Amino acid sequence: MTEAVFWVLAIVAVATASMCILSRSAMSAVLWLTATMLSLAAIYVLLNAEFIAAIQVLVYAGAVMVLFLFVVMLLNLGHATTDMRGPAAVAATVVIAGLLAIQLFALWTYSPERLAAEMTQAPQTGDPATLFAAGQAARRAAVEHGVVGAVAAPLFQVYLVPFELTSILLLVAIIGAVVLAKRKI
Amino acid sequence: MTDGMAPLLGPALGLSAILFSLGVAGVLLRRNVIVLFVCIELMLNAVNLTFVALAQLHGASGQVMVFFVMTVAAAEAAVGLAIILSIFRHKQSVDLQNINLLRG
Amino acid sequence: MNASQWVWLTVALPLAGFLVNGALALRRTPARAAVSIVGPGVLIAAFGVALAVFFELLGQPPHEPHIVTLWSWMPAGALELNLAFQVDQLSAVMLLVVTGVGSLIHLFSVGYMREDPGYARYFAYLNLFVAFMLVLVLGSSLPVLFIGWEGVGLCSYLLIGFWFTEKTNADAGLKAFIMNRIGDFGVLVAMFMLWRALGTLDFAQIAARAPDGLDAGGTIVTLITLFLFLGCTGKSAQIPLYTWLPDAMAGPTPVSALIHAATMVTAGVYLVARTNVLFAMAPLSSAVVAGVGAVTALFAATIALKQYDIKKVLAYSTVSQLGYMFVAVGSAAFAGGIFHLVTHAFFKALLFLGAGSVIHAMHHAYHATHSHEDAQDMRNMGGLRRHLPVTFWLMTIATLAIAGIPPFSGFFSKDEILASAFARGAEMPIYYLYYAFGVVAAFLTAFYMARLIAMTFLGENRTGTEAERHLHEAPWIMTGPLLVLGVLSAVGGVINLPTFAGGHHALETWLEPVTAAGAAFASLELPHGTTELLLVGGAIMVGAVGLLLGFRLTLGRRIPSAREAPADTGLARVLNRKYYVDEIYDAAIVRPLVWLSRMVLWKGVDQGVVDGAAVNGTARLSRGLGWVGSRLQTGQVGVYVVLFLVGALWILRAVIR
Repeated sequence: MTEAVFWVLAIVAVATASMCILSRSAMSAVLWLTATMLSLAAIYVLLNAEFIAAIQVLVYAGAVMVLFLFVVMLLNLGHATTDMRGPAAVAATVVIAGLLAIQLFALWTYSPERLAAEMTQAPQTGDPATLFAAGQAARRAAVEHGVVGAVAAPLFQVYLVPFELTSILLLVAIIGAVVLAKRKI
Repeated sequence: MTDGMAPLLGPALGLSAILFSLGVAGVLLRRNVIVLFVCIELMLNAVNLTFVALAQLHGASGQVMVFFVMTVAAAEAAVGLAIILSIFRHKQSVDLQNINLLRG
Repeated sequence: MNASQWVWLTVALPLAGFLVNGALALRRTPARAAVSIVGPGVLIAAFGVALAVFFELLGQPPHEPHIVTLWSWMPAGALELNLAFQVDQLSAVMLLVVTGVGSLIHLFSVGYMREDPGYARYFAYLNLFVAFMLVLVLGSSLPVLFIGWEGVGLCSYLLIGFWFTEKTNADAGLKAFIMNRIGDFGVLVAMFMLWRALGTLDFAQIAARAPDGLDAGGTIVTLITLFLFLGCTGKSAQIPLYTWLPDAMAGPTPVSALIHAATMVTAGVYLVARTNVLFAMAPLSSAVVAGVGAVTALFAATIALKQYDIKKVLAYSTVSQLGYMFVAVGSAAFAGGIFHLVTHAFFKALLFLGAGSVIHAMHHAYHATHSHEDAQDMRNMGGLRRHLPVTFWLMTIATLAIAGIPPFSGFFSKDEILASAFARGAEMPIYYLYYAFGVVAAFLTAFYMARLIAMTFLGENRTGTEAERHLHEAPWIMTGPLLVLGVLSAVGGVINLPTFAGGHHALETWLEPVTAAGAAFASLELPHGTTELLLVGGAIMVGAVGLLLGFRLTLGRRIPSAREAPADTGLARVLNRKYYVDEIYDAAIVRPLVWLSRMVLWKGVDQGVVDGAAVNGTARLSRGLGWVGSRLQTGQVGVYVVLFLVGALWILRAVIR
């Protein structure tokens, strides 16, 4: 059942993403991307990352994309005009993106099954049971403390310092954005 | 073997690969700077999907990483769009071909 | 008190004189009085030390040389070079000659250079020269000797080009230095080979190790000695490196007396005598040495026949007499060579100083009459015996000595050389040829010296009636040293009288510990009895006939003064132009080298390869690479993104491997 849902959502995501990159105007691109993000959020739920799914909708689709929309409308670009680059660029795109896809699929072949199989052949590096131990521990934690607690606990304990740094990063971004966007400094 | 523990891992990673490649294609194809940015956001989302998929194996660290990626992406989007605004004010255009002052 | 320990003073005193006089030379106002005291003073003091050393050795002649090590110069692994002086019989003799004759010439210079603005500089250089010459003769190893060797070459350059404002003088100095350098290359190669073969460069060690370490008559020892002799041809002006010596007459006359007659040019003979064991072990090289000496003696004597400049005649005479010395050491008569070195120092210095006195007078005369005639041309002289009697008589004594007339010193030394060559002929017949050359050269020597005296002092005066009034004898400071040298030239033969004259070869016996190593390989049996008397008689006859003919033929017809004289033709011209050797060298060696240097080495290598390819080329390469790199910076974001992704692909590829 979940598999079927997943495939549907996957096809939606790919379709909307393709429409995004082939869109005719900036506005449609933004909107298509928002659709892709929403389908991704649904996929996150299927992958037991409920909290992240919520954040995706709230922050990414809800705030960041809205920001994009604001800027697009502010710029008032007018008619949709084709702004694709020339044939040379298309050729380069096909080559590079194709190679990239191939490489990433090559990474896919290193799926956990294969990794586990390789590891059984070398038992001294550990057995597959321990491979997924962390994930299972996380599942149990999620059951105990709730999904938010499962993410919050490592965030405020193990990753406290990056958390604080990120807050400073946001401050810097705010100041930067304000300064850059002013007409007169 | 891992189906019981991480059923959608493989397909999720595959989807992520496709989305990332699509994002790269978009970056290479488009001349509009804002659309370029949107494609970059697409790439970031693909990476987020990878993290979440692998969080099933490696615990909550994956999801925490997604958290940070989203934050940084938000900050980057804000600053980047501000830059685009100031460039637009000077050049009255968001065409990538016209932004070529960093010549060597 | 051990005088040998203080032998370093003989070097230190002239060196101090150089520093003091050099400092005084830098002052604005010349301090002539101080220089006149310091310059000759240090030499006389050094002569005093030399006497002390000599008398100490005389009392106790050592069998092994006494080495005085001053400090360790270059300890480099197996090569331990010390700055050390060697006090033995040979170095004592050389010490006395250099400091003694040097002191006399310094005193002469006080009068000769009195009016020269470079007075202090002159004495500084002269003192420095004596210091280096003493390092040369006192050195206990070849490197130390080489220091002195190079040093005297340097001082020779400085002093020949003393009046450097005239280009010809500067050129003469340069010529001397460069030709000496060619010879120095030979000495260096010989040093390297010697080090390789014997592992030592100390003279005492060489004498000890050579008999076992080298094959007598083998290639190595022959090559070593030939290369050493190359150095000698440069320093002692033998064929083919002799052409600098006549040009060196451009320097002040006392310099010619000291450097190019009595001391520096004899350094080659000293070197051969010092390394006598090597030359004795290489009969082929000794034959070459004697051969070159004999040919040079004859060759230079022929050129002197037709020279008109009084100093040039004496210069070629020096080259010729040096040839005699090399005939001696080439016949394994090392003591004989040193004997002639000593007597030659006496009479040649006397001749040069006398010529200096003459030139001094002629200069005064022409200066007073504002004439521009050449003061050194003998055709402008004549009848000077009336005006310069002391000089005349003393130069006559020197002429008799050089012509080999008994009982003057030159007779004994020259006779011994000819006898040695004759004796060596018994083993190697070619020495008979050398003997014949020597006899002919002796005849020519007597002839041209008689010609010199006749043209200068006898006959009618050609200076010009106005100028003649101003000719006068030199002051006593100049004639005093002449007197001393005259006495020495007359009686100097006593130091090595042969048996037939009642002596017992004192010098030869004295030098025996030094020449013993060589004598072990090549002993010389001097002729005695009737052969000896025949040889001696023949030598005297040749000298006497030469003198007589010289006087007769020169005074036989009227000599025109330099202005009126017609140019020489035919053989006379060839002789006067010194067989055109300088021109031949210029065309065959100098010009091709200059062409090579300019076209190939300068334009080709230096400008083309080094400047063009190496220096500018690398710059151009860097700029080119930079240009290539700059093509990547198009400023277009799209291109940057492509490159960015290509890089990312590459990294992924590496990860997936």
